[in-house]
Amino acid sequence: MAEEPVLALENVNLRFGEKWALKNVSLKLNPGETRIIFGEAGSGKTSLLKAVVGLIGVDTGRIELFGKDVGASKERDLFALRSRAGFLFQEGGLFDSLTVGENVEYPLVNQVSANGQPAVENPQEKVREALRFVELEHTMEQFPAELSGGMRRRVGIARATVTEPPLVLYDSPTAGLDPITANTIMALVAKERDVKNSASLIVTHRYQDGEIMADFQYDPAAQELVTMDTCKDERKRRRTRFIVMKGGEIVFFGTREELEKSSDSYVKRFVRKGDM
Amino acid sequence: MDIIGFGSLPIVILTGFFSGAIIALQMARALNTYGASSEVGAIVSLTLVRELGPVLTALMVAGRNASGIASELGSMKVTEQIDAMRALGTDPLQKLVTPRLIAGAVMLPALTVIADAIGLVGAYLVAVPLLRIITAGEYWSTSWRALVVNDLAQGLIKPLIFGIIISLVGCFYGLKTTGGTQGVGKATTEAVVSASIWIFSVTFLIDKIFVNL
Repeated sequence: MAEEPVLALENVNLRFGEKWALKNVSLKLNPGETRIIFGEAGSGKTSLLKAVVGLIGVDTGRIELFGKDVGASKERDLFALRSRAGFLFQEGGLFDSLTVGENVEYPLVNQVSANGQPAVENPQEKVREALRFVELEHTMEQFPAELSGGMRRRVGIARATVTEPPLVLYDSPTAGLDPITANTIMALVAKERDVKNSASLIVTHRYQDGEIMADFQYDPAAQELVTMDTCKDERKRRRTRFIVMKGGEIVFFGTREELEKSSDSYVKRFVRKGDM
Repeated sequence: MDIIGFGSLPIVILTGFFSGAIIALQMARALNTYGASSEVGAIVSLTLVRELGPVLTALMVAGRNASGIASELGSMKVTEQIDAMRALGTDPLQKLVTPRLIAGAVMLPALTVIADAIGLVGAYLVAVPLLRIITAGEYWSTSWRALVVNDLAQGLIKPLIFGIIISLVGCFYGLKTTGGTQGVGKATTEAVVSASIWIFSVTFLIDKIFVNL
């Protein structure tokens, strides 16, 4: 089936001084697909996410986001493009001078759609819905500083997904959280993917995060994640791929089974490292 | 606008008052040597309106607000809030810089006018009740008559430009902050120093232009 890819990178290179942030990176992402990105600190994972939406420019290579060349676009034109991609920052990146509700509302009232009008008519209802999705509706009036780390991350997810973007980029959604909170967050990420069929790039250190994405799906009837072992839909089963990065390069790309069978000592480090 | 405007009012009033009073004190002695004590009002009003009012007010506001803006935007930068704005498809320049620019450009002229007025009152208190070198009527009429359109124009154009400079410098150093909380401190200091230097050099430039008019 010939689908227009959400995202396509071709031989992307980026160097900070002597250090390669991205080296000859190529990848493709179709609607509804997930890429789990592992790699040691400084291996270019965050740079990859930021380059995708043009937050940092790359030296050479081509990045196509929704069919548009990011590198050739002006900052002004990128605003419209970026509004179609949700971004969860490592620290949440919430505006601390705004309440939780205002934070989630921000993209709705400030993003301008192609015809020059704010994208949504009734932002309050959308905000409530997005916060209900991450089970934080009661925090509407609170400020981000009053929330715990896990709650802030969830607000970040609500803000990144409130406009229902076809692509969501998650930068370490579970870093520094206890396993239970981390699993809650990953369940939300999977739910987001399955309910809205959005594509996602997920940078993480936890192998389990990848397992959840690869092996589980959200069951709208039961309102929880269920295993995909019995799932007959081959497409669904194969939509999650794993990427391992080292020194800006993609050193592994493949399915979970292939990842677990890998004999490369660097790649093996990211398999089943358990709770961190 | 509220922070730059009303927040700066006390310090600006104080600065204005004392600069007026000090000029009057110093000038009263100097003018006395030439038997020209009656000109004290004119000297104070010219110095204040043309030069000291705008510059001292701008320096005070630079200390308060260029630093405030730089540290606020700097903290937003290091906590990824600026990146978040961009990633959410909105323009941080439009959301953060434009309102501060407008606030600076509107508030600094207003503050300067207040500082000038208070400075004249300060000088009055020194010259009339304290030193008794001149009567109240003489003081106010000489100080008012000394001013021509050129002086008032200078006195208002300067703070307008200074207001823009202070906000721009604050935003510039804030938005280019790197290196965590330490970087925020550095950006704040740089913003105040740079804004002050800009204020002095621009005032010289404007003087040069107006002197030739």
